[in-house]
Amino acid sequence: MHFEFEIGAGDFSNAGYASSNIKKILKQLNLPNDIIKKAVIASFESEVNVIGHSYGGTLAIDIENDRLHILVTDTGPGIEDINLAMSEGYSTATKEIQEMGFGAGMGLPNIKKNTDFLDIRSEAGDHTEIEMLIRFNSDMNSDRTISEGES
Amino acid sequence: MELEEICKLVDAELCTSPKTAERTIEKAFSSDLMSDVLTLLTDNLLLITGLNNIQTVRTAEMADIYHILFVRGKHPSDKMVELAEEQQIALMSTSYSMFKTSGLLWAAGLSPVY
Repeated sequence: MHFEFEIGAGDFSNAGYASSNIKKILKQLNLPNDIIKKAVIASFESEVNVIGHSYGGTLAIDIENDRLHILVTDTGPGIEDINLAMSEGYSTATKEIQEMGFGAGMGLPNIKKNTDFLDIRSEAGDHTEIEMLIRFNSDMNSDRTISEGES
Repeated sequence: MELEEICKLVDAELCTSPKTAERTIEKAFSSDLMSDVLTLLTDNLLLITGLNNIQTVRTAEMADIYHILFVRGKHPSDKMVELAEEQQIALMSTSYSMFKTSGLLWAAGLSPVY
């Protein structure tokens, strides 16, 4: 199953919209609670990053029998030093982001902590792609349907 | 600890409907940093915060936190209450400081997450 969500730059009022929908979908599919939590946190941190640090982007999730594949793609401005961005406490957050309670430099480390595979592809002046995998053992009911449409 | 007891201890008012206040709480976490809240692995705890915006409610939804106590006299907006009701999250408000609130609830038996 594939779902895709647009994320607008600076659209803080809708931050969490995609992740909230992902949570509903994964709950309907009866995935284990700990897997849902990991996916939702990784997704939410990604949403906030796209909203706060980029020119806008998309979040796509593919739900397979034994894994979740999440790909977050934005349209710039890119990350100059990925290793630095991954270090806890480092942040380029604006005052606006900090007033929301974010910008503590925990976003990418939180994503890493909640995923089994994380790959960040970016450079300054270019777009960013963040690819993540969360593996699980689940006897998913393949007959189960989702009430929200698949995009 | 029941929500009603928490409200009495810190003189807080419940800002959402009573049906959001039916769970028992064992642990609490005090923070104004939502990124720190997202690092928690404990579910169903009380979040004590002065960060009064809709992102706090969204963060609670993501982290499976069903109780938020706003301190320093912060009162949730109608939009925050609406989102909280949708997600069955209880919102409370106290005029006490975060330090006083945390101390009173600790003394009454609420455990820390860490």
